Amino acid sequence: MATEILMPALSPTMEEGTLAKWLVKEGDTVNSGDIIAEIETDKATMEFEAVDEGVVGKILIEAGTDGVKVNTPIAVLVAEGEDVPSDSAKAASAPAPAALKGEEGKTAAPASAAPAPAAPKADTTPDWPEGTTMKTQTVREALRDAMAEEMRNADEVFVMGEEVAEYQGAYKITQGLLDEFGARRVIDTPITEHGFAGIGVGAAFGGLRPIVEFMTFNFAMQAIDQILNSAAKTLYMSGGQMGCPIVFRGPNGAAARVGAQHSQCYAAWYAQIPGLKVVMPYSAADAKGLLKTAIRDPNPVIFLENEILYGRSFEVPDLDDFTVPFGKAKTWREGTDVTIVSFGIGMTYALEAAERLAKDGISVEVIDLRTIRPMDTDAILASVMKTNRLVTVEEGFPQGSVGNYITSVVMEHAFDYLDAPVINLTGKDVPMPYAANLEKLALVTTDEVVEAVRKVTYR
Amino acid sequence: MATRKPTAKSNVSAEELQSYYRDMLLIRRFEEKAGQLYGMGLIGGFCHLYIGQEAVVVGLEATAKEGDKRITSYRDHGHMLACGMDPKGVMAELTGREGGYSKGKGGSMHMFSKEKHFYGGHGIVGAQVPLGAGLAFSDKYKGNDNVTFTYFGDGAANQGQVYETYNMAMLWDLPVIFVIENNKYAMGTSVQRATKSPSLWERGAAYGIKGEEVDGMDVLAVKAAGEKAVAHCRAGKGPYILEVMTYRYRGHSMSDPAKYRTRDEVQKMRTERDAIEHVRELLLQGKHATEDDLKAIDKEIKAIVNEAAEFSKESPEPALDELWTDIYA
Repeated sequence: MATEILMPALSPTMEEGTLAKWLVKEGDTVNSGDIIAEIETDKATMEFEAVDEGVVGKILIEAGTDGVKVNTPIAVLVAEGEDVPSDSAKAASAPAPAALKGEEGKTAAPASAAPAPAAPKADTTPDWPEGTTMKTQTVREALRDAMAEEMRNADEVFVMGEEVAEYQGAYKITQGLLDEFGARRVIDTPITEHGFAGIGVGAAFGGLRPIVEFMTFNFAMQAIDQILNSAAKTLYMSGGQMGCPIVFRGPNGAAARVGAQHSQCYAAWYAQIPGLKVVMPYSAADAKGLLKTAIRDPNPVIFLENEILYGRSFEVPDLDDFTVPFGKAKTWREGTDVTIVSFGIGMTYALEAAERLAKDGISVEVIDLRTIRPMDTDAILASVMKTNRLVTVEEGFPQGSVGNYITSVVMEHAFDYLDAPVINLTGKDVPMPYAANLEKLALVTTDEVVEAVRKVTYR
Repeated sequence: MATRKPTAKSNVSAEELQSYYRDMLLIRRFEEKAGQLYGMGLIGGFCHLYIGQEAVVVGLEATAKEGDKRITSYRDHGHMLACGMDPKGVMAELTGREGGYSKGKGGSMHMFSKEKHFYGGHGIVGAQVPLGAGLAFSDKYKGNDNVTFTYFGDGAANQGQVYETYNMAMLWDLPVIFVIENNKYAMGTSVQRATKSPSLWERGAAYGIKGEEVDGMDVLAVKAAGEKAVAHCRAGKGPYILEVMTYRYRGHSMSDPAKYRTRDEVQKMRTERDAIEHVRELLLQGKHATEDDLKAIDKEIKAIVNEAAEFSKESPEPALDELWTDIYA
């Protein structure tokens, strides 16, 4: 008696998938429990076992077919010596192609019954076309240009914060904006973070697109209720009616010798909140491209800058409208022995370490996350599956760090690929000291990155 | 609060008076029904009823024009009904159903309506105050003459962000009306136990903001004060504060020990100062309506509320995949 083998569902929500590979061919004898095929969705790959025993009479759907609907007959199992019923062939009519796109947010939630992971593909398209003219710019200039360009584009965009107008910015990021756009759109606030963050959020509800500058993100703690409870959650609480297009930006993390209250990295804090997007650029090109994307984004964006990087120069593409998409990491350096994942100023140490290690013959792949949320976990997993070793580098505190989250993703989706425990390099678990020698000790260093890489590569 | 002085001499029409009666009654009956549904287990979590305070929102809504905005705290059902939101959608949100204003994802404290310019529904005491000033900021930025009614309670009036907001609202001449609904108790703490300030609206003087105290149990007095405040804001003169003296008959939320005030105090307010009874008297004494007219209104309101309750029971719970929607725009 012939039995149809049906396209299985990997999860309760799966409607269709790719029949990636047949592990049997027509005429093969199978027993129940034999793996006969591999089924893929954009989220996962599953090995598909035979339930019954028999001979594979006919394969109805070829390997590599996309968009195969759940419960479509994909093969016919017959008894020894039995013929394939002729009507089964009808089922082989080409299934409708359909894109299977995971909903944002959903993808971050690991499926509980996760089958063997698919090898994720990193998006490696270049950020700008080949042959683009480049110019040298500091991160500071790039940030200012991004704001100025977006303010020229849309009247709803305005900047508010302490010393952003007449003083030209506490760190000169808003230099020249008052002259060009006037006091209506470049607004000095009193020192009142909680209040002006709330006014900014209200203005966004009212249809404007505020850029709220915090002199540093340390001061945003006064305003964190408005950022989390008002900005991040309103879209959800309103059933999608009311969003909050706003950018909160300013320097984050340690500067130099400014003590405990002015030296904290908030990447992991904000990255925890559904409804927020969290960006932390390293280069000037990314600072510009990501800030423009942030200003256009219909959601609240936390844009974490770094005082030490403000004056650093990079090559920036000389394009009329250069943007960098969120959720796309950048591989600064390709390598085969170990992956370093970092972001923001951590990239300085990661790249320095990679350079030094190359001289000793250790090939390091360096990935800059650029956006912490949404996070390009595909890029991380693809790299770790290649190098089999991972070190994360960030400046924040160790407990509940971004690196901890990355590690959990890797454990869950690439455990079998790891050849060494993951190391999370972070700032030390202490409030930032003032003394120069102690501060140096509290921060993550290039030496520590080198040491960590040697540890995971056993070299 | 002294016993009410007669407000016979007022220049409102019979139609207006009837519509205030109708709107206040809708809020009261709606809230009573919400209380019942809560008791039946159909509404969960927090549920803060507005019974007793109806004249505040109805009087102020009478002064609003299209495009004016309103924002308030978690005691928000009355504000939504007063600005014309659909009682069915509000009640279905209370029961956490798909037909609710937030598809069941917001609840009693978190509802919004872009169409009616109602901006929530906020659960953190005082947080709506800078948000309201921000809404006013957006109108000023766009160059229109709309105003924002920013409601908060006597409890929120002690939050620091209120004063940060006063400062900036005055500094930037924002068209925002700060409406302090002083119902005498911040949860269970009376105003006198929370501050030595003799009045809350006078604190605005420190920032140069004008304001006044208003009898919140008299819808006509609220309306008159509201008109003054709205005119001030529309003229570009900056913010205005109304401290509206009102009273909530029910507990802070559904679970309230009621140990902080006497039964007599509540009863006295209900019998002597009730805002709906007041309008009823004005209507009857002024011969603006007959007993039969009012009975017809009562009947109409009862039908609307029953329909809302039915809808809120019949509307299905949100689909499970709603868990994952509306996180990002």
